[in-house]
Amino acid sequence: MKKLITTICLTAILGLAFGQEEKEIFDKNVPAVDLKDVNGKTWNTGEISNDGKPIVISFWATWCSPCKKELNTIHEDYIDWVDETGVKLIAVSIDDERTKSRVVPYVDSKGWEYDVLLDPNGEFKRAMGVNNVPHTFVIDGAGKIVYSHNNYAPGDEIKLYELLLELSSN
Amino acid sequence: MRISLVTVVFFGCIQFYFSQGSISGNIETIYQYLVTDTLIGADQPAEKSLVNSYANINYRNQGFKAGVRMEAYMPHILGYPDRFDGAGLGYRYFGYENELVDVTFGNFYDQFGSGLIFRSYEDRALGLDNMMNGFRVKLKPFKGVVLRVNYGRQRFSFSEGSNIYSPALVRALDAEFNLNEWFPKMEEKNVRLSVAGSFVSKYQKDNNPKFILPENTGSYGGRFDFGYKKFFLNAEYVIKEQDPSQDNGYIYNYGKGILINAGYSQKGFGVLLSAKSIDNMSFRSDRDAALQDLQIGFIPPLTKTHTYNLVATLYPYASQPNGEVAFQGDIFYKFKRGSYLGGKYGTDLALNYSTAYAPIQNTSSIPAGDSSRVMYNSTLFDKSSLIYWRDINVTVEKKFTKNFKMKWNYFNLVFNNDIIKLTSANGKVQSHIAVIEGEYKINKKHSIRAELQGLWTVDDYINNFDPDRGNWATAVVEYTVSPDWYFSLVFQSNYGNPVEADRINYPIAIIGKIWGATRLQLAYGRQNEGLFCVGGVCRFVPASNGLTVSFTHSF
Repeated sequence: MKKLITTICLTAILGLAFGQEEKEIFDKNVPAVDLKDVNGKTWNTGEISNDGKPIVISFWATWCSPCKKELNTIHEDYIDWVDETGVKLIAVSIDDERTKSRVVPYVDSKGWEYDVLLDPNGEFKRAMGVNNVPHTFVIDGAGKIVYSHNNYAPGDEIKLYELLLELSSN
Repeated sequence: MRISLVTVVFFGCIQFYFSQGSISGNIETIYQYLVTDTLIGADQPAEKSLVNSYANINYRNQGFKAGVRMEAYMPHILGYPDRFDGAGLGYRYFGYENELVDVTFGNFYDQFGSGLIFRSYEDRALGLDNMMNGFRVKLKPFKGVVLRVNYGRQRFSFSEGSNIYSPALVRALDAEFNLNEWFPKMEEKNVRLSVAGSFVSKYQKDNNPKFILPENTGSYGGRFDFGYKKFFLNAEYVIKEQDPSQDNGYIYNYGKGILINAGYSQKGFGVLLSAKSIDNMSFRSDRDAALQDLQIGFIPPLTKTHTYNLVATLYPYASQPNGEVAFQGDIFYKFKRGSYLGGKYGTDLALNYSTAYAPIQNTSSIPAGDSSRVMYNSTLFDKSSLIYWRDINVTVEKKFTKNFKMKWNYFNLVFNNDIIKLTSANGKVQSHIAVIEGEYKINKKHSIRAELQGLWTVDDYINNFDPDRGNWATAVVEYTVSPDWYFSLVFQSNYGNPVEADRINYPIAIIGKIWGATRLQLAYGRQNEGLFCVGGVCRFVPASNGLTVSFTHSF
């Protein structure tokens, strides 16, 4: 009997976890983790906001070519994206101590205007359920995760842009 | 016991139904069907197929947090230690956090500073997971102050479906002060400064009949992080007390180490210099452990993490915890749009140089017949002429048209195989590696990318350069359909092996499908081990021949 209750409950929890999009029992919020940005300032990821405009969170690393390709490609049009959708992009580097110090010189040399956070021990990566990089999330104006994509192929930025346009017009 | 568990789960369920919380997690499954391949020395396992599977679930609700990870090795895929078997709970925790305090019970990961004396982390693809099992308290008592206390034992293994922890107990304390929060004027003057100190101690019973071993070994360090405008300088210095171990040959020397990074960058230009000196800094939660097991500290190798197949997989460098002196320099530069070298879109240049040497260990000052087992004296950055590693590389990246770009790379690697022991070569191995990459965007959704790589080893016995396995080549063609399909062909060949029978080819075909945060990938062929990047994702993979299916899903 007890086993049965346990099983039912666990099944219910798992069912909710997987079927959440339809039922919206769980919020898909950004979990709160303390991360430092490239200026040594601490951010609480749970409090990231953008005045009701969408946010893109993109996990990357200096050793990951597709990640850099994605962020460099977006950067070419980033000013227009910001003008049209009000988006803010937060690039979370998962470089560990071996390559972490390369992040700032790399970012500056590319002239990225993103907020760049450092996650050297994978704490935020774990909390967000990220398996591999690149992994890109879109957060809507209400702070809910509405899109997630684990890959980058040229052209993916178009889909991202269309989604941001849709979110900002709502 | 059982009743209380059921009650907890039951009320947990009610909690889930009536209050909103946030759930996140992921699933990863790697399946291999392997065939016997005598050329690369691969045998078909008795079970024929191998599988590793993981499911992480994290739940958060108003400061309350809890999570589990189920792991299954049925049996484990190639590259994992044999002691990983069975299915069960590999990780579980619960905790609470608010603005003042953050407590975690059960399993957790953490890192102090650069991690030299404390880093518990997970690198699943490498089979590395030295998570703590105990409790963690993080306190923010005043503005700009973070205190952390970590107590526990480290995970050593996962056998018959449950974790096995280290024999030593690890106790770690860290205090960090961000001075900018105390002196707002610093911000106005563009100065950033934080300082921190940590203390880590391990306790392990003396299990050695021959020596009187210290049961408590302390390790401590200080660090700072300074920035002024676009310049930064950070450093960490650590000391370890007497810690005789299998790694250092049961010597009673103190250990020490320093890591320094300095950089300056502005738009279009970045420069970075790093220096490291390590002496007797292997620090594990079992003095008899070896390889990657039970490391309390993490000594980062001062080398670039390469991504191209040949340069990343054949001769990677690992830190030498018993002693090394290493330096690294990086320059990033962008030739502006419209300039002679920049062309229409600008040209990117990246230079990287890294080197590591053996330290000088001075034994002449140790009196003969001394029984203290302090074996030598050393000074940080006092390097000998014995080289461990050197890497000079340059990358040029240029976009020619809206749809076409290219990348040229050259690498010159030297490594000392007598020390690093990656292959059967004697002495040093030097290689020249060249990579050309081109990418063409056919239309909005379709792209094709190709790589051609060559590796040539230097055959020069006079200067003690061993040709090792000779020359290699790799060709990669990748076709992607945004946002959900990719197809790749990879062909690696050891065409220049001095032993004709060992001129092995490694062909692989890969197909992948993506549904948002879900990916399924099938790879078939013979695979060399190493960091492998395909279809937009990089991960470490062991050597194999056969079919590998990997499935990942995030929620």
